[in-house]
Amino acid sequence: MSVRHSLLALLSEGPKYGLQLRQEFEARTGEVWPLNVGQVYTTLQRLERDGLVASDGDGDDGPQRNFRITTDGEDELAAWLRTPPDLSSPPRDELVIKVLIAARLPGVDVREVVQVHRRHLVELMQQWTRIKDLAANDDVALALVVDAELFRLDGVIRWLDTADGRLKRAKADAGVSTAAPLPKMPKLPRRVGVRR
Amino acid sequence: MTVLDLQQVSKRYGDGPGEVHALRDVSLSVDAGELVAVMGPSGSGKSTLLTIAGSLEEPTSGEVLVDGRLLSALSANDRARLRRRSVGFVFQDFNLLAGLTAEENVSLPLELDGRPLKSARQLARDVLEQLGLADQATRFPDELSGGERQRVAIARAVVGDRHLLLADEPSGALDSVNAEAVMRLVRAACHGGVAGVVVTHDAQLASWADRVVFLRDGRVVDQTAPPPPPESLLISDQAR
Repeated sequence: MSVRHSLLALLSEGPKYGLQLRQEFEARTGEVWPLNVGQVYTTLQRLERDGLVASDGDGDDGPQRNFRITTDGEDELAAWLRTPPDLSSPPRDELVIKVLIAARLPGVDVREVVQVHRRHLVELMQQWTRIKDLAANDDVALALVVDAELFRLDGVIRWLDTADGRLKRAKADAGVSTAAPLPKMPKLPRRVGVRR
Repeated sequence: MTVLDLQQVSKRYGDGPGEVHALRDVSLSVDAGELVAVMGPSGSGKSTLLTIAGSLEEPTSGEVLVDGRLLSALSANDRARLRRRSVGFVFQDFNLLAGLTAEENVSLPLELDGRPLKSARQLARDVLEQLGLADQATRFPDELSGGERQRVAIARAVVGDRHLLLADEPSGALDSVNAEAVMRLVRAACHGGVAGVVVTHDAQLASWADRVVFLRDGRVVDQTAPPPPPESLLISDQAR
């Protein structure tokens, strides 16, 4: 999440004070991302150093200092909104590693391990859904934030479901033999985002 | 108060080498006011569980109690009456009768149960209004959107004095926003005092439930813990 660009976005509506920026940031992100005042002022100082915002204050960091966005700041904001975030897969997803290891370890029921994670993720989704259910109907910002989290967790659960089905089939294909075939550790092509 | 109580229910289809165990020793009880989701992949026994809970099918072994009444001890007629009066079903494909208006679809179970036409229609109109469908009451199913059709199906499932709402992938055919509207209604109906069971493979849908039970290969393998208060999620986020 870019605090830097969120502050630029708020300033693009007109000049604001630091405290005001913090309040508006939290309100518009469904109050799911709390910011402390120190973070706001540090970010503003860097933005000012980079020429993306300007202040009319006399150099002190007091609450009376008013910030406004510069033309360079406007350009930076427009470019950032249209720049795709880095969605390439992380080099090592902890959950994927755990399931791969569980599938290889003798004496470990990998499908039970999968279920433990599935339950935990569903419990998290229940909590997010409750937050959405209790939120005011017009709190679109909160609903958007919660939806994003729900879709992300849902994607992980779908992967677990697929893993579960695949492991079940692999076991059935191995027949009655208790020695299930050990899955090979995959070699991922570099272009799917394995960074070294 | 327990509305639905499944006690060590098993269901087998066929016998010999072709025998299929759809359910194995499943126990599940659902209280009035509680929404339970049964989550599992295709073939895990979800739909069998629902048809047995709704007395559309009989278990091979084990017992089912609805409203404290042992289904196996009831005559076929009494079971049918209990199904009509106490149990509402919602299916993925809505199952509305195409030749009847929304209001007629909703009032049909009451009319079949012998309630006078006028009062049945009035009750149907009231429920449709509660679900935001007052303007659609005189429309036929093919004049309604998918989301509206499913809301009519929910109205039909909760009209009258139903205690148990059974739903099979109720939002499966809908987009996310309409699916959410359907689950809000199901949840509201349950928190109004109805016991609800939703079977689904969809975690987003299941996350509307108070409790999620996981079915794998015909067995209940796990269930979620009672959720903490919603504020705790935001507080833990703050601590990060």
